[in-house]
Amino acid sequence: MVGWAIAVHGGAGVDPNLPPRRQEEAKQLLTHCLNLGISALSSNASAVDVVELVVRQLESNPLFNSGRGSALTAKGTVEMEASIMDGAKRRCGAVSGLSTVKNPVSLARLVMEKSPHSYLAFSGAEEFARQQGVEVENNEYFITPDNVGMLKLAKEANTIMFDYRIPIAGYEKCIGFESPVKMNGLPISIYAPETVGCVVVDSEGRCAAATSTGGLMNKMSGRIGDSPLIGAGTYACEVCGVSCTGEGEAIIRGTLAREVAAVMEYKGLRLQEAVDFVIKHRLDEGFAGLIAVSNKGEVAYGFNCNGMFRGCATEDGFMEVEIWE
Amino acid sequence: MGWAIALHGGAGDIPYSLPPERRQPREEALRHCLQIGIKALNSKFTPLDVVELVVRELENIPHFNAGRGSVLTNKGTVEMEASIMDGKTMKCGAVSGLTTVVNAVSLARLVMENTPHIYLAFDGAEDFARQQGVETVDSSHFITPENIERLNQAKDANRVQIDYTQPIQNDTKNETEPPFANGDSQIGTVGCVAVDSNGNLASATSTGGLVNKMVGRIGDTPVIGAGTYANEFCAVSATGKGEAIIRGTVARDVAALMEFKGLSLKEAANIVVQERTPKGTVGLVAVSAAGEIAMPYNTTGMFRACATEDGYSEVAIWPDTKIE
Repeated sequence: MVGWAIAVHGGAGVDPNLPPRRQEEAKQLLTHCLNLGISALSSNASAVDVVELVVRQLESNPLFNSGRGSALTAKGTVEMEASIMDGAKRRCGAVSGLSTVKNPVSLARLVMEKSPHSYLAFSGAEEFARQQGVEVENNEYFITPDNVGMLKLAKEANTIMFDYRIPIAGYEKCIGFESPVKMNGLPISIYAPETVGCVVVDSEGRCAAATSTGGLMNKMSGRIGDSPLIGAGTYACEVCGVSCTGEGEAIIRGTLAREVAAVMEYKGLRLQEAVDFVIKHRLDEGFAGLIAVSNKGEVAYGFNCNGMFRGCATEDGFMEVEIWE
Repeated sequence: MGWAIALHGGAGDIPYSLPPERRQPREEALRHCLQIGIKALNSKFTPLDVVELVVRELENIPHFNAGRGSVLTNKGTVEMEASIMDGKTMKCGAVSGLTTVVNAVSLARLVMENTPHIYLAFDGAEDFARQQGVETVDSSHFITPENIERLNQAKDANRVQIDYTQPIQNDTKNETEPPFANGDSQIGTVGCVAVDSNGNLASATSTGGLVNKMVGRIGDTPVIGAGTYANEFCAVSATGKGEAIIRGTVARDVAALMEFKGLSLKEAANIVVQERTPKGTVGLVAVSAAGEIAMPYNTTGMFRACATEDGYSEVAIWPDTKIE
């Protein structure tokens, strides 16, 4: 028997000019979610139940970029995606392209448990949602005024910098962009932290992970990021559970979540070493962060960008909610 | 060292009793695609160009489950997916849910090269295809009579996909008889991996997915790290039961074992196929930066072919019988 451990995140890559009020709101939400998870774990809930529970909570709150409050596509619509993985038998479920499902992570779980497949997307996923009778809302429910404003700014920014791979010199002199920090080709002030996630190891030593997102602001309709891709944004096996956030393309290329587990399994690294190794060596020019737990009851996180909304707690009473380094 | 190339047309329970009229066209097709790859490598095409070229050819051949000849969803439609990865730059591209694009692998490459994204799916991918002006045709082009028959049989047997968490319920009278009277494996995919004499690697995979799959089902093929992967160590393309390949992160694991445990390509590939995935679910082709080739599978057979610059070549389906 190990002590349980839990970590949650609300995205990597934070505007250094984020108003204090927003920082406070974020920390409160993370604390609230941690407490929900802690309560469930203290009642012996399984890891996979806890990660679903916590991510549902994050999805329902418009503060972060998932479920309600999701980033918008170039068409101004919402296309949500999520995945969940149960480390014990490496069962997994994922969904993409959801436009009406209130809790994508729960649909991902149903794909894992009630369908013969691992991953359903777009109209097929929406159909499955109706078959399963999950809660649905009109697309407008998920769209917040904040994000409508962000989309407009993102479109303006993209007309100035159309190829995100080419660094633009001097754009920080452009009106409206105070911060020189950039992620995914957008100034950090309008980038929107990408994703939410939760990882848990329960008192039986079982690990689980779940990740949910609206994706990249102003993304092409149909664009799939790392969050629903097992091995990239989410991974859990016998030794650990990992959830990533940040530049989706960098996370996919680096198969980031799987990487943490692979260096633990194949190189014998401990959790924190594995996390540090992956963040240091697997991201090249990409920016990302991740949270992880191990079957030994450890919790760890790492990020190479400007801040990550996160919280972690272990059974022995340790608890921390932070944004910056 | 010289170049090396390997390609596959799907792993599965391909019965030894496969009649000649079903076997020969496929062997011929494998040989033909291998020749195309060999010629391209000898003409100094990059591995990325080579794998795209070969997979396009495999997609166009109706005998394999990709492009034309793709298996059908439970609604009788076609939903194709593919991915491609360049080991040198680690750039990758993927597409899913295509219904009119003649060559899914080429669209995946365009996603990689012409967008800031990696993966586009369904309507968004189809829109992108039109923007890019790639060849599209009416969906009916991809549908073959054999696949309509496979779908009907699958619906009759109600044995569509295997739930990997359950042991397979053997409710057929004869355990060794595959579910389909025509003797073809119902799962498959096509793929190609290549390395040039400088150790540059690339991989590409393409498929129609699983017979009678739910509309919207995505398999391992477009998931980087599952069905396709390439880095500086090796290039891998996997085939088999998508759900098993996803949770086993099969393609990535071969490379990870080489990198982190110092195993050779053959050792790494064998461990992943024989020890880390359930029997009857996976096959793969892989090449390493040193020009080695591995083509392990834990199914009855795998349509495959490979060649190296020193003149060796092989086309095979089962373990014992090599055609050449």
